[in-house]
Amino acid sequence: MKNYKKDFPLLSGKEIVYLDSAATSQKPSCVISAMQKYYEQDNANPYRGVYALSQLATQKYNSARSVAADFIGAKDDEIVFTKNSTESFNLIAYTYGLASLKKGDEIVLSIMEHHSNLVPWQMVAQKSGATLKYMYLDKNLQLPSSEIDKIGSKTKIVAITAMSNVLGSVVNVKKIVARAHKVGAVVVCDATQIVAHREFNVKKLDADFACFSAHKMYGPLGIGVLYGKKQLLDNMPPFMFGGDMIEYVGEQSASFASLPNKYEAGTQNVAAAVGLESAIKYINDTGFDKIVEHESRLYSYALQELQKLPFVELYIPKGECMGVISFNIKGVHAHDVSSILDSKNICIRSGNHCAQPLLKSMGLDSTCRISFGLYNNKSDIDKLVSALKLAYKMFAKYLGKGE
Amino acid sequence: MDLSSIYNEIVMEHSSNSPYKKNIGKDAVCAMGHNPNCGDEIKIEAVVENGIIKDLGFSGHGCAISQSSTSIMIETLLGKKVSQAKKIINVFIKMIKRESLTDKEKLLLKNAAIFENVSNMPSRAKCATLSWHTLDDLLEKLEK
Repeated sequence: MKNYKKDFPLLSGKEIVYLDSAATSQKPSCVISAMQKYYEQDNANPYRGVYALSQLATQKYNSARSVAADFIGAKDDEIVFTKNSTESFNLIAYTYGLASLKKGDEIVLSIMEHHSNLVPWQMVAQKSGATLKYMYLDKNLQLPSSEIDKIGSKTKIVAITAMSNVLGSVVNVKKIVARAHKVGAVVVCDATQIVAHREFNVKKLDADFACFSAHKMYGPLGIGVLYGKKQLLDNMPPFMFGGDMIEYVGEQSASFASLPNKYEAGTQNVAAAVGLESAIKYINDTGFDKIVEHESRLYSYALQELQKLPFVELYIPKGECMGVISFNIKGVHAHDVSSILDSKNICIRSGNHCAQPLLKSMGLDSTCRISFGLYNNKSDIDKLVSALKLAYKMFAKYLGKGE
Repeated sequence: MDLSSIYNEIVMEHSSNSPYKKNIGKDAVCAMGHNPNCGDEIKIEAVVENGIIKDLGFSGHGCAISQSSTSIMIETLLGKKVSQAKKIINVFIKMIKRESLTDKEKLLLKNAAIFENVSNMPSRAKCATLSWHTLDDLLEKLEK
C-alpha cells in the first residue's frame, strides 16, 4: 500500500493511529502551507478594496469557488460558501424550507441522517405545520424500495445522505432523486462523508441541493460548500443580512446582491477557501481511482480482521460500503473501548455519532466507529485489532457476572 | 494514561456485579439521569426516613465508569444523613473537576476516591458524575 501518511504533518509527527476521519480529517502539508501563504502574502478583505491586494484576495476567493464548483460538477454561481454542512442545511431550511412548506406538506428523510440534515427539518415541520416522515432501513440495513415509495404526492422535500457516517453505506441517491422529482419534491443531499472517498457529481445525480464540509475532506475547519440549482437559489430569500449581500441600502430597506454573494454576508473565510482549494487539488492530484483502490483494500482488510474477533459485533449493511465501520465489543460499553484504545494512542469515536434516531432504530445506545482517510494503512488496522483484544481481555472475566 | 488506575479490580467488580443494582420498589423515590452523548441511563431509587438514607438502589445501563461510580456512590452514602451525603457528593464533584481537596474531604470519599484519575480524562467526567448529580437532585427535591 502506498504511504500517504508522510503528506500529513500531524501523523508523521506523532505516534498515533487516527481512525476518526469521519469526524474530521487530518490535513496535508500543502493545505496548511497554502493557508499560511495566504496570510503571509495575499490577505485582504475581498471584493471591497480597489487596491491590488484586495483584488488578489478576491481572485483567490473566486478561484476557490471555481475549483469547488468543478469538484462536484456545478457552476460557480451555484456554489455558496458557508461555515460547514450544518450551516448549509440550516440555510436551506430557513430560506427554501420555511418559504415553501405549509400544513399538509411532507418532508421525507432517511433514518440514517446526521442531525445536521435532520434537526433543521424538525424546525421547519414545527413552524410550517408540515409532517416529517422517515424511510427506515430493512434487516440488511439498506433502504428498500418500499420505504423510498414513502416519497409521495405530498412530499415537498427529501433529505438524504449520499453516504452514512455511521454505517458507511453508499446510498443510491440517483434513484431517490428520480422518485422525488416524479412527485415534484426537491432533494437535499448530504455529501459530507462521500466527497473525500469518491467522485460526487451534482449534475449526474440531478440533486437540487448538496452540502459538504471542507474539514472532512482534507481541508480546513470553518468552511463548507452549499450547492443549489441556480433557479432555486435565485428564488429563495436571503439568510444572513449585512454587508456584501446587499446592492443598495436605504434607511428602511435594502436590495440584495445576486448569487452567490446574496448568501455570503460579511467578511468570508478566504484563508479557509484557499485551504479548501488546496485540499481539492490534493484529492484530484491523488486521483479518485487511487483513493478508491487504497480505501477499498483497507476497508476489506479491516472487515476481514474484525470478523475474526468473536467478541466483536459488526453493523455492516448489505450493498456498497466504504470508509466507515461501526461495531461494538459484546458486553463492553463503547466509551470504555474508546478509553482503552486511547491509552494505546488509537483514536476511534464512540457514541451516537450525531445519529440518535438511526441508533435507536437499530436498538443501540452507542457504537464504536472507525473511519478511514488516505493516511491509514494495514498497520493501523493491526494495531486496532491488538488493542480491541486487550480491551476485551480486560473485561472478559467480569462479563456474565451479575445481570 | 495508566489503564489500571481506572479499570482496576474495584471498578470492574462494581461495574459488573454490584450488590446495589436492584429495584427497591414502592417505598422508594426515584430519579433518572442520562447522558445523551453515549446513552448512559441511570435510575436511582432512594428510601429516606428522618433525614437518613435508609436504602439506595440503581438500575440502568452504561459504561463501566458510570456503573461502578453509581455502585460506589451508594456504598459510600448508604446510612448517611442527607446533609452529610450532600457534602460528600459535593466533594466528589470537586475531585472530578480537579479542585483541590483537604485531607478531611479526601477521607469522606472513602472508596470513591479511586475515581480521582478520571479527573485526568475530561471526556469521561460526565460518566463518573452522572449518578452523583442525579442523587443530589433527588435529595434536593426531597428536602422541599
